[in-house]
Amino acid sequence: MAATQVVRSEWTKIRSVASTVWTLSLAAVVTVALGVLISLLSKNEFDDLSTKDRLSFDPTFISFAGMSLGQLAMIVFGVLVVSNEYSTGMIRTSLAAVPQRGTFLFSKIAVATGLAFVVALATSFVAFFLGQAMLGSHRASIDDPGVLRAVIGGGLYMTLIALFSMGVATMLRSPMLSLGILMPFFFLISAILGNVDATKKFGQYLPDQAGSKIMQVVTPIDDDVPYGPWGGLGIMVLWVLVAVAGGYVLLKKRDA
Amino acid sequence: MIELEGLTKRYGEKMAVNHLTFTVRPGIVTGFLGPNGAGKSTTMRMLLGLDRPTAGDVRIDGQHYDRLKDPLKYIGALLDAKAMHGGRSAFNHLLCLAQSNGIPRARVHEVLDTVGLTAVAKKKAKGFSLGMGQRLGIAGALLGDPRILMFDEPVNGLDPEGIHWIRNLMKSLAAQGRTVFVSSHLMSEMALTADHLVVIGQGRLLADTSMADFIRQNSRSYVRIRSPQRERLLDVLHGAGITVVEAGGEALEVDGTKSEHIGELAAQHQLVLHELSPQQASLEEAFMQLTAESVEYHAHSDPGLGATAPAAAPPVAPPAGQQAPQWGNDWKKG
Repeated sequence: MAATQVVRSEWTKIRSVASTVWTLSLAAVVTVALGVLISLLSKNEFDDLSTKDRLSFDPTFISFAGMSLGQLAMIVFGVLVVSNEYSTGMIRTSLAAVPQRGTFLFSKIAVATGLAFVVALATSFVAFFLGQAMLGSHRASIDDPGVLRAVIGGGLYMTLIALFSMGVATMLRSPMLSLGILMPFFFLISAILGNVDATKKFGQYLPDQAGSKIMQVVTPIDDDVPYGPWGGLGIMVLWVLVAVAGGYVLLKKRDA
Repeated sequence: MIELEGLTKRYGEKMAVNHLTFTVRPGIVTGFLGPNGAGKSTTMRMLLGLDRPTAGDVRIDGQHYDRLKDPLKYIGALLDAKAMHGGRSAFNHLLCLAQSNGIPRARVHEVLDTVGLTAVAKKKAKGFSLGMGQRLGIAGALLGDPRILMFDEPVNGLDPEGIHWIRNLMKSLAAQGRTVFVSSHLMSEMALTADHLVVIGQGRLLADTSMADFIRQNSRSYVRIRSPQRERLLDVLHGAGITVVEAGGEALEVDGTKSEHIGELAAQHQLVLHELSPQQASLEEAFMQLTAESVEYHAHSDPGLGATAPAAAPPVAPPAGQQAPQWGNDWKKG
């Protein structure tokens, strides 16, 4: 079985269902729109900030504020790409056509991740430029040190969120169960664990907390995070690898 | 050619498939018969490598399923009609299957035409009726022009015209020398299409025989009698050494004696008969008897006591003279 055949097949699958279009569009629109709004509010409130906060002011990071919500649509995309197969019964037809389960899973993940990356990278650039336009005199330039890394990093971050969701959905199979775990985790639980002092030590190693470090250009003054932008992204990649490997092992083992 | 050897699947304590060994040969339609829950679908899923056998082996043309290069070109299967994404159009559903096995796009149009779905090719599958879904599933099975075809309960949800179509399709596929393996829980359906029968119950092989042999061995013929002088008639028949079974109501049944002989006996003793009819037990009954012990929940009936067995069976038993030969003709003609 040639993997290129399976990749082409998965591309047909992903482009021929509506959920692909609306989840990815929603991720882009929400990320950009919310980023623009928060950038605008930040500019208006800049004069009221304390000196300490002004020193920590990170215009690049602010323009990515919409990702906290936009990533939820990315999660839905990642979950649906995989769990649609199970909820519709298509998985039996798919695995009968491609009995090599590794080829099947990795072709599907490669196609979905590639598409997510293109959308996420474009979203990241648009969110940055529109956000900076709103910030007026406080804006950052793409030529400033670390800014280009942060913008590309924003695209990588959202892609990895989608990929992590695909891994989890492969393990859990049910779309409702997968979303029921991932959505509250990334929207609430991770943020709480990362901000409460008692759990901060642990929380900062969660995938989104660690991964979002790549989008920071200005390090907060009292920041004691033990990893840098790429270190943080590396931690996120480890989470993703574990999720995908877990999905692969379960898919390989169990009855379809 | 499909070869099963000691194929076994256990779910916890329950043996879903218990040491199945048989071969499905090319050129004929092989019926795979068993009551609901007998393990037919589990067996078929193991055949496609979807479920892993607990023990035993199954080979497609001598190879394990997951070793086949482009498996849709070897074996096409219809499992359940709704094993597809409802949001995808019929064309795209078939296209993604075709691409995964290196089958040209033109073939998608061909199979859509074969199953009569060309007009709705661009429509989403979720708007399809069960019958249309079944046709789309069959189109998927035909996609790779495979030498082996497998259908799980293909007539489910089809209208009479659709049933007729699928019967003819299966027969013509077999006539082209292909291996056709089709499951059903209806003996009557199999009698019309299958040349060979594999019967299972509770996961165990109960019969592996040609349809002709099965009919010969299992069609019981008997004479049904009703008379207002029942007691006297019983005496007369006993006196002539004829074994009588008391059926439901006032009817009597006699095995292995011609109706002419009984009629003459009754005339000699001046007995009034209200009914004297030769009967042919249906294949459905034969199948039910074969699988009776293996059905998990069933109403008890013991033909030996002569009370309810034939009466409890569905209203079949057509007059032997007229209908029985037609059955034979039908499946032979096929």
